[in-house]
This record gives sequence, C-alpha cells and structure tokens, in this order.
Amino acid sequence: MVEEEGFQRYLAHAILWIGIAIVAFPVYLAIVASTQDNAVIANGQMSLLPGGHFLETYYQTLFVGTSGSTREPVLNMMLNSLVMALLIAVGKIAISIISAYAIVYFRFPFRMAIFWIIFITLMLPVEVRIYPTYKIVADLHLLDSYAGLSLPLIASATATLLFRQFFMTVPDELLEASRIDGAGPFRFFWDTLLPLSRTNMAALFVILFILGWNQYLWPLLITTRDDMQTIQVGIRKMITTTDALTEWPVVMATALLAMLPPVFVVVVMQKLFVRGLVETEK
Amino acid sequence: MQKQAIFQSKLLPYALVAPQLAIVLIFFYWPAAQAVIQSFLLQDAFGLSTSFVWFENYLELFKEPAYFAAIIRTFAFSFAIAVSSLSFALLLAVMADKPLRGSTLYRTLLIWPYAVAPPVVGVLWVFMLHPSLGVLSRYLRAMGVDWNPLLDGDQAAALIILAAAWKQISYNFLFFLAGLQSIPKSVIEAAAIDGARPMRRFWTVIFPLLSPTIFFLLVINIVYAFFDTFGIIDTMTRGGPGKATETLVYKVYTDGLLGGNLGSSAAQSVILMVIVVVLTGIQFRFVERKVTY
Repeated sequence: MVEEEGFQRYLAHAILWIGIAIVAFPVYLAIVASTQDNAVIANGQMSLLPGGHFLETYYQTLFVGTSGSTREPVLNMMLNSLVMALLIAVGKIAISIISAYAIVYFRFPFRMAIFWIIFITLMLPVEVRIYPTYKIVADLHLLDSYAGLSLPLIASATATLLFRQFFMTVPDELLEASRIDGAGPFRFFWDTLLPLSRTNMAALFVILFILGWNQYLWPLLITTRDDMQTIQVGIRKMITTTDALTEWPVVMATALLAMLPPVFVVVVMQKLFVRGLVETEK
Repeated sequence: MQKQAIFQSKLLPYALVAPQLAIVLIFFYWPAAQAVIQSFLLQDAFGLSTSFVWFENYLELFKEPAYFAAIIRTFAFSFAIAVSSLSFALLLAVMADKPLRGSTLYRTLLIWPYAVAPPVVGVLWVFMLHPSLGVLSRYLRAMGVDWNPLLDGDQAAALIILAAAWKQISYNFLFFLAGLQSIPKSVIEAAAIDGARPMRRFWTVIFPLLSPTIFFLLVINIVYAFFDTFGIIDTMTRGGPGKATETLVYKVYTDGLLGGNLGSSAAQSVILMVIVVVLTGIQFRFVERKVTY
C-alpha cells in the first residue's frame, strides 16, 4: 500500500471542501438573493444570509414574471423549455436508433455514403450555420414554433454512432435465433434490440435532455413572441433593461429554476449521466 | 467491420434512414452550402444585384483589424479558460482519487455545474461581480482594486474567462477522475517503494500516464470556449465594453443581427466551420492513437 499520512489526508479533505465552496458560492448567492428585497440588493447592501421574501419572490417569478415590459410567467417559460428538451432528446434517439439499425442490419446501395453524410454533421454545430439555418426555418414558417425550436437540433451524428457501435456488439446468434422463430425486421427490432438498448437510450436521454434544456443561441434567434420564450432566453431579457430596473430577486429565482431540472437529473441519475457523458465523447 | 447476419429488404432500410437524412440535408447541408456560396458573392447596397467575387469577402475580413483582433481574442480566451479550468479540476481530481471517506459525496458536489446553462452561468457571475451591487466587488474594492468590468475591457475579459472556466470544472474533473482511476495502483506502489514522495510520484508517474486525458480535454475545452461561451458572453457583457469580449462566434451573431454584409458574415461562418473541422480532426487522430496503444 502507498502510505497516506494523516496530514496528507486532511489536506485532501480541505482542498476538496474549498473546491466545493468555490463551485457552490455563486449558486448560494443566488439562493440568498432570491429571498431578499430588491431595494436592498440594488443598494449594494445585500446580506449573505437568507431574507424573508422567499414566498413572494417565487410566486411572482413563477406565475407573474417581472414587472417590466416582457412580463411573462417563468412557469410558462419552463414549460416551453421542457417541451423543447423532450422533443430534442426523444427525437434524436428515435431517428438515430432507426437509422443506425438500417446501417448495421441491412445491405443497400449508398449505405456507407449515407453513413458518412450523417457522420460529417458532427462537425457542424448550430453556431457556425445560424443565419442560413434561420432563413430556412423562416421559409418553412417554423419561427415561434416547437418544431422550429427542435428540428434543426434533432439530427445527431453522436447518437447514430453510439447506437451503431452498440449494435455491432450484439451477437449475431440473437438475430438468427429470432429469425428461426419467424421474426421479421420489425419484430427483431422491437422485441430484441430495443430492450437490449435500454441502458444506452437512458444514458443518452439524460445527456440530451440537459443539452436540450440548456440550448440558448438557437431559441434566442427564432423566438420572437414572449409566450414562446424558453427560460434561458427569458432570463437574459430580464436583465436587458437598464440596471436600476432589474429585479434581481426575480432574476436569481429564475436562474435557480432554470438550473433545477438539469441539476436534478445529474444528481439523481448520476450513474447514467456519467455513462452518457463518457460514451457521447467517443 | 460488418455484420454477417443481416436482413434482406430493398426499401425498408431507406425508409429507416429517411427521417435522419431529411433533417440532416435540410438543416445541416443546405444551410452550410448556402453559407459557402454566399461567402463568394457580393451584394450591392440595395440588395438588388449580386456578383461572384471569389475570395474577396475573405480577403476583406482579414484586412479588417477588428476581425483579426477577434481571432486573437478567441484563441487567448480559449487558452486561458482551458488552462485555468483544467488545472483546478486536476487538483480536485487528484485529491478525490485518494481513498477518502465521503469520496462519492465529493464527486456529487463537484459535478453538478455541468448542468448549468451558459446564460445562467453568466447571470450568476454578473450578479456576484456587478460593479455596484456585487457581493465580491465590495471585497475587491476594499482591497483597493478599481473594479468595473462594465467599463474596463480587461476586467470584463477576466470575468468571462472565470465564469466559463467555472462551468467547465465539473466536466474536466469527471474525466480526470476516470483517467486517474484507470492508472494501475501497482505502478504507483512501485514508485513509492522506490522512495518517490507524493509530489514526485505525481509529476514523474501519474502526470505522464494522464497525458492522453489531458490532451483530449484540452481539445474539448477549446471547442467549448469557442462555441459554448456564447451564452455567457451574451448575458454578461454582450461583447463589450467596446469589443473587449467579442469572440468569433459572438461576432458572427452581432454582424448578422445588424444585417449588413451577407457575404462577410457567410465568410465568417465558413471560417468557423473550417476551425471546427480542424479541431475535430485533431481529436479523431488522437482517438485513433489511443486505440492503437
């Protein structure tokens, strides 16, 4: 065994706790600020302990919104974010798993060409093609719609690659066995392959849900109506007004509500999250 | 590598790849092609006529000092974010890798920032270090720092780098921890028997064995700094003050919003695509190397 003297061990604990404190401090501050009076915060007199405005701030945030011009309840924004995140996650998994199935379990002309066409999209994040994509979505009359929010983000080379890799490891005997039982391609997919892929799908879902929920640039561009805003876009609009008018407790409450679902997913489904993260990075 | 057991069908496979192919063609290739074509065209001031100008848009871009500055700035930001986040995460991962009580709790408490969206990171940090009401600004001023990132470009840049590095700590930490745990304990024990002290063991044994992970994370962090910092910049500084925090992606966005020169903004997009392709290429080469080890 390698020796770990007592001092070394205490030092490790101390460094880890300092690290945790640094990582957690901005969020602690947000929690505290969301329970205090805006006037006190705006004066720069904010206390580092929680105040007594918890209920009223969160009630206003969720059901009313800021008092400014873009008055939109945050609950509605969260709903938009949820729909978008679910559409992206489920949509990506669905279209990737069937195309990976076709590429692995069938031989057909242009099979490899199609694989490469999908594969190359790995290199084209939305950020590098925003305006041309915007124009296409506008031409298709998909601005301010859930389809417009999710479709351009749905195609995922990573998910297709992941399923392809996984299908390659599935023993051939399984297919032969189910063929003897008289199963066609649909039955085999549904009864054999899909149940086997469950863990992969769950891990992927966790990652894709987080990525979908946290989308920012794309929703920012294509939503113009306040009631189609996602929470990430909504929070930026809350601090656009001149500083004096920013309602910091509401902004901080919104920030916390925006991070609640994905952080919850990471903490509660940690195993799946870590697995998904490691696998999607090839 | 190919499967031996397969299904026979002429049309079914096409139907199965059709949805993904359709989305990829409509939302990836079509816009990318548009960007490439547009980058070779010049539109007159009224948008009435366009002409083919070869590489003029690109040449104009590189002659523009602001664009050149944005390139340098983006690389500088990427480097600063990657180095600061990687070194802090490595320190934490080395500590968490020790056989400590509560190590799973430590891991949980360190990985959650991965899930915080960039604009939210921006909002949290801008609040914490706001010149007039930020809690930390009070201490900075008490220490005699003239803190005002709304006016001082260097301070604004530091703010962006800190916030972006903060978000990336959890990701780097996870991969470092996985990398450390895959190093065989026997190697470290052998070094210990040879009398190497912990610090020496780290630099001569652990660090070299970790270098594939470090390299991989370096590329990932640079890509992150290029693209995912958009939300942080947009909520914190909007590229300002002046242009002190305008990265390449942010410039594409603002130039496009102003709606001026289509050809120039397309050329910027194409340059970004080339950068992504190069970075991804480097990453793949590295993955291949790791496989053949």
